[in-house]
Amino acid sequence: MAEATLLRSAGPLPTALARRRYALVIGVLVVLAIGSGFGLLAWDNPMPFGSDAFWRIAAHRATNVTVMAVVAVAQAIATVSFQTVTGNRIITPSIMGFESLYRVVQTTSVYLLGVAGVVALQGIWSFALQVAVMVGLAVALYGWLLSGRYGNLQVMLLIGIVIGGGLGTVSTFMQRLLTPSEFDVLAARLFGNVSNADPDVLPLAIPLCIAASALLWVRARRLNTMALGADAARSLGLDHRRELMLVLCLVAVLMATSTALVGPMTFLGFLVATLAYQFADSHDHRLIFPVAVLTAFTILAGAYFVMKNVFYAQGMVSILIELVGGGVFLLVILRKGRL
Amino acid sequence: MIALSGVRRDYSSEVSIGPVDLEIPAGGITALIGPNGAGKSTLLTMIGRLSGMDAGSIRIAGLDVASTKSKDLARVVSILRQENHFVTRLTVRQLVGFGRFPYTQGRITRADEEIISRSIDFLDLGALEGRYLDELSGGQRQRAYVAMVLAQDTEFVLLDEPLNNLDMRHAVQMMRLLRRAAEELGRTIVIVLHDINFAAHYADRICAMKDGAVVEFGTPQEIMTDAVLSRVFDTPVTVVDGPSGPLAVYY
Repeated sequence: MAEATLLRSAGPLPTALARRRYALVIGVLVVLAIGSGFGLLAWDNPMPFGSDAFWRIAAHRATNVTVMAVVAVAQAIATVSFQTVTGNRIITPSIMGFESLYRVVQTTSVYLLGVAGVVALQGIWSFALQVAVMVGLAVALYGWLLSGRYGNLQVMLLIGIVIGGGLGTVSTFMQRLLTPSEFDVLAARLFGNVSNADPDVLPLAIPLCIAASALLWVRARRLNTMALGADAARSLGLDHRRELMLVLCLVAVLMATSTALVGPMTFLGFLVATLAYQFADSHDHRLIFPVAVLTAFTILAGAYFVMKNVFYAQGMVSILIELVGGGVFLLVILRKGRL
Repeated sequence: MIALSGVRRDYSSEVSIGPVDLEIPAGGITALIGPNGAGKSTLLTMIGRLSGMDAGSIRIAGLDVASTKSKDLARVVSILRQENHFVTRLTVRQLVGFGRFPYTQGRITRADEEIISRSIDFLDLGALEGRYLDELSGGQRQRAYVAMVLAQDTEFVLLDEPLNNLDMRHAVQMMRLLRRAAEELGRTIVIVLHDINFAAHYADRICAMKDGAVVEFGTPQEIMTDAVLSRVFDTPVTVVDGPSGPLAVYY
């Protein structure tokens, strides 16, 4: 207390204790993230460490690590920003129907083209098209529902859920009509899976992810103010509706990129955002974002490492994330008693 | 000065507010009173550009509310709503720091810290400034919100029922603080009040609303009469001489 009154700072980490704690959290997360990333490259690598052959094998595996980094950044930043502008910490941006749309696109292609449909969706153009359709749908929904006199965030979210549910039913229906072998191929695509990612699309996915994240980073201080709610933000001089639309569009770009790249990862974003609020223990997005991204990467890479080296089911990380992540999430919430 | 001319907002064919023509002079405290549903809060939020209007115009210190940039208005007028609930966890000082947003865009300088300290000390929150909002009582939290609004350093301050949920002692404390803010800091305060006796004692002017229209505007002496209050509130009111000014008795 004496320390706080002495410094009298309104900054995000007002006391020396809070600053030390934050530095420690970042330090531990960086070590864990580098450790798990490096573990993926080096574990079970038959060549001696440091040799040319070792690096050749590592480089081959680096694609997956890059995909994980892209997904970690996209999911973490999108979910935190989305929860801030909607003022709700128990929903994720996937509520806007990105994943249902992904399921429909995948199912339709297998339904119409058979097993060849999965191959038809490979390549940078089909990726760009999928991202464009998802962003387009989301932006149309925002634009329609948030402008106008009765523009209302809750109604928009509800309609997002309804559209998502409708699309989900359409894909379930088509899946019933598939032959078992086609369904088997499709099912592998419908799990969030790092191995789903087509390395050819990375040249587009990486810039999209970096650009949208950078724009959200630049607006981080406005996001802090947005977290106070619409009225308070407006009273403090923010154009709330414009800011809301902009942030939601950037979130749509991030979510669409991640989903089109590896498939549904609903729980990852939610888990990571919740953990990041606990770890960072600050309202400042400049402090929450790095923690969230590092946590996301650690979880993804850790889950991938376990799946690959223990269960020999590499890539199927979403299963492990949902199982272990759910447990960790419950533990943190029950111990702290708040979101 | 806050000038409203022909301000109207329609909800349905039967329910509408206005047209309101009103001039609230600069300085002092102006209380908005009236029965539930009279449109006090709506009028206040329209002045504070939190809700739009269907016709008319509002000028605050010469700035047109509808066409002036929200960012520029935020340095002239601040508004505090009744319900304030955030998902983020903030300390009192961090919350008050947000009051500086119109000037700093979130980058708080040493000069801002001084203004924040002054605002916190003004509301006697010094000992609580490191506490989180969810650790405070309702009255303390209300004071923290008012400190944030004062840190915004605007000439005009609009408050929507700041006495809500406050007990007698805290309600009186709050009104005394607002009185001091008006006198010592030269702020113009417009406040929605439910208790007519608070309005009579602490306000310089009272604006009575009924059915979406301003029906009376004047000093407390002019408003505190049996006839006026009975008409405004549609209930028999007797004004008696109390130990510290007129008292309305209605129960």
